[in-house]
Amino acid sequence: MFGLHYRLEKHGMALLLGIIFVTSIGGLVDIAPLFTIDETVEDAPDMRLYTPLEVAGRNIYIREGCYACHSQMIRTLRDEVERYGPYSLAVESKYDHPMQWGSKRTGPDLARIGGKYSDEWQVAHLIDPRAVVPQSIMPSYRFLSTTGLRTDDLGLHLKALSRVGVPYTDEMVTNATADAIAQAGADGSDGLTTRYGEATQARLFDGDPGKVTEMDALIAYLQILGRLTNAAHANSPPPGE
Amino acid sequence: MVAKLTRAERQFALILLGLMALCGLVMAAGANDDLFALHGGLILAVAVGLSFLVISGLDAPEPPPERLAEYYDAPSRVAIVLTMGWALFGLAVGDWVAWMLAYPHLTVDAAWASFGRIRPMHTTGVIFGFGGNALIATSFHVVQRTCRTRLAGQFSPWFVLLGYNLFCLLAVSGYPLGITQSKEYAEPEWYVDLWLCVVWVTYLVLYLRTLAQRREPHIYVANWYYLAFIVVVAMLHIVNNIAMPVAWNHSRAYSAFAGVQDAMTQWWYGHNAVAFFLTAGFLGMMYYYLPVRAQRPIFSYRMSIISFWGITFMYMWAGSHHLHYTALPHWVQTLGMTFSLVLLVPSWGSAANALLTLNGAWHRVRDDATLRFMMVAAIFYGLTTFEGSFMAIRAVNSLSHYTDWTIGHVHAGALGWVAFISFGALYSLTPALWGRQRMHSAWAVEAHFWLALAGTLIYVFSMWNSGVIQGLMWRTYDSGGTLAYSFIDTVVAMHPYYIARAVGGALFLAGAGIGAWNVWMTIRSPDTVSQPAGGDRPLTILAGE
Ligand code: HEC
Ligand code: HEM
Ligand code: HEM
Repeated sequence: MFGLHYRLEKHGMALLLGIIFVTSIGGLVDIAPLFTIDETVEDAPDMRLYTPLEVAGRNIYIREGCYACHSQMIRTLRDEVERYGPYSLAVESKYDHPMQWGSKRTGPDLARIGGKYSDEWQVAHLIDPRAVVPQSIMPSYRFLSTTGLRTDDLGLHLKALSRVGVPYTDEMVTNATADAIAQAGADGSDGLTTRYGEATQARLFDGDPGKVTEMDALIAYLQILGRLTNAAHANSPPPGE
Repeated sequence: MVAKLTRAERQFALILLGLMALCGLVMAAGANDDLFALHGGLILAVAVGLSFLVISGLDAPEPPPERLAEYYDAPSRVAIVLTMGWALFGLAVGDWVAWMLAYPHLTVDAAWASFGRIRPMHTTGVIFGFGGNALIATSFHVVQRTCRTRLAGQFSPWFVLLGYNLFCLLAVSGYPLGITQSKEYAEPEWYVDLWLCVVWVTYLVLYLRTLAQRREPHIYVANWYYLAFIVVVAMLHIVNNIAMPVAWNHSRAYSAFAGVQDAMTQWWYGHNAVAFFLTAGFLGMMYYYLPVRAQRPIFSYRMSIISFWGITFMYMWAGSHHLHYTALPHWVQTLGMTFSLVLLVPSWGSAANALLTLNGAWHRVRDDATLRFMMVAAIFYGLTTFEGSFMAIRAVNSLSHYTDWTIGHVHAGALGWVAFISFGALYSLTPALWGRQRMHSAWAVEAHFWLALAGTLIYVFSMWNSGVIQGLMWRTYDSGGTLAYSFIDTVVAMHPYYIARAVGGALFLAGAGIGAWNVWMTIRSPDTVSQPAGGDRPLTILAGE
């Protein structure tokens, strides 16, 4: 074996190919089956899509690095299920390009934050976390409620998402901007609910009837977290370990 | 820098810079969103700045042909300066981030300065800025010395070094503006990723061509590691960053992967960025500078072979230990845990090989702080990998995951291993490359060593404490069978440890500051040593070619 290696060391390209070969195996075995084995992601017929406003909110969540402090993955452990709710299923992040599972909980898990607090609480908390929770170390995001939301390119965003596999229809893509404005403008237009379902929440998320702000979008996203499907609540066997 | 290039090479450089300026201009003028335009402007500005540099040297006389019979060290010299610059930046931002977690109002009330945007500036600044430049500087130096040949390119080393730093600049300037795709350690957006691809492939080709023209029959161990670092980082980078841009002129793109598949791809990338960027590359560094400095041959050649292939093979399976108890299928988690445990064998093989090499040179370790940097690095490498394998056990990970324990593990590796081995290598390399007898101040190296060690220990111990406390508090039940602590209770309990960590970080930063001063003074010092004839030169000359 060492004799073989002695010869290998004399050939740069052979060494290179050896490294590529040896390193490819593990990745292929770990990753490739996840795309082919059907049980990897559960079926959830009631799974709905993010609306354009929620997509915009999700992008703000990413931009602000909320994932650096908050996870969106409740593990199959008793204390986590009791603290945060039913453990997360793979299907719940099926449309998350990329996922926001996170790796650090400086703040609590947000996988099921949707509906836990009122919009007013969320606005007050994002503007000044310490006004709501005095010992909090979360940054304040005051500027969100004064920054207007960019909506004119949302069609392009939906289009890109449909290209990577999210089933947005052409109709959704064409109406993306109007749907976003409708959802944040309280007058839940018919189009919005027919396209995205009756359960779509349309209201003045930031409480301000003026312009559509980034605060509207972020809160629309936070309020839908954990509520895209009921699958986790429906079949919630006792956690494994 | 420019004077060492031929006229044709200077003209080629100008053409490339012209293309780059054009690219920046098109990005700035045709952008669909402001952030893309800003980055276009930045690219344009860098291209114009570098063009001035090239133009100012355009008419310099042709460089003498004898230069081709010498090692090509100018790129490494610039890389060393850049390494120290990025170190100061990355560590200072890291300490700022640390203070923010202790006192959240220690920032300015502006969008760009919030924790979530500054934190990736720290991770990118230290890993890619500091670590990456140290790897480029040393890999260029090591490959030439161990192959006894000059780098196989006059212009491409500059392209790799400066192109790479442009990547770092675009990445780090993007986060405060709000450009990120949120994948940890792969935050830059699609166009920045594409640029890195071009740079990295050039790096690979340059490295392979230099190996191909070596004057030694064998490829030395250090080069195996550098080669693995370069080629595997290319594989990881390309796969994990596949994405669909919103438009050609838009800064945002959507990852091709979603949910559980994305999680596995991301942590296959993330864990192996640790393995091949923060481990393999720096092991290459260790396998050259440690034996040279200790003036001892590597303890065991066979052990280095086993460790090398063990590490390259097994790391790739282990990424799923970042996803224990999640929605990832159970079999993948088990696979990741198993391989993480076996991984301890080759990891300790490398650490032991390094420490046993020092056997017989302990008096040097005692007297020479530079060698001591490398020895401590090998110890922390052993410690971090042991801790990593331990944390990869599902039951242990149920406690450690999501807590500061992970942060403690990260920085035991990042400070104790990565930074220590880099500083050790830099202190060996700097005097050699500028033709000095030794570093400007031995006392300053000593001070740096102790500050760094104290800082690392304070950092790691405080995070171990806070991590374990937090993990336990989250799962503590009271006698009534309900959870005993609210989340905010655990945040409050972390406070003293966050202060301690920030103080440790400040010590570490102070050490690096002394180091940067020392490097600078060494560069400026007038005492040059004349090279002995036939000494530090490629073998071509001796062979009479
Ligand atoms: C420095 C880390 C940090 C960052 C960054 C951060 N948070 Fe927090 N967050 C916390 C902490 C700590 C708490 C718990 C104390 C509190 O409620 O303020 C918290 C609490 C929350 C809560 C309440 C959760 C609950 O169940 O009570 C929400 C919602 C939230 N954060 C949303 C966000 C959003 C949205 C962002 C990004 C715009 C964000 N956070 C960024 C640290 C952070
Ligand atoms: C002055 C020294 C340093 C200080 C004070 C410091 C501080 C920090 C802080 C406060 C965080 C965020 C932790 C959290 O979110 O809870 C962090 C994260 C991180 N740092 Fe450092 N750091 C230092 C040096 C380094 C170095 C030298 C490296 C690498 C070579 C490094 C790599 C990282 C990485 C990879 C993370 C992300 C960890 C994770 O997400 O799990 N740090 N650092
Ligand atoms: C045998 C070797 C190693 C093993 C098995 C290992 C294992 C682990 C495990 C289990 C985690 C925790 C994952 C989680 O719970 O989220 C982790 C995180 C991490 N390790 Fe290691 N580790 C090893 C060596 C190293 C080394 C040498 C470094 C060098 C710096 C390092 C850097 C990191 C980083 C940066 C993270 C944080 C990733 C994140 O969550 O952002 N590891 N490692």
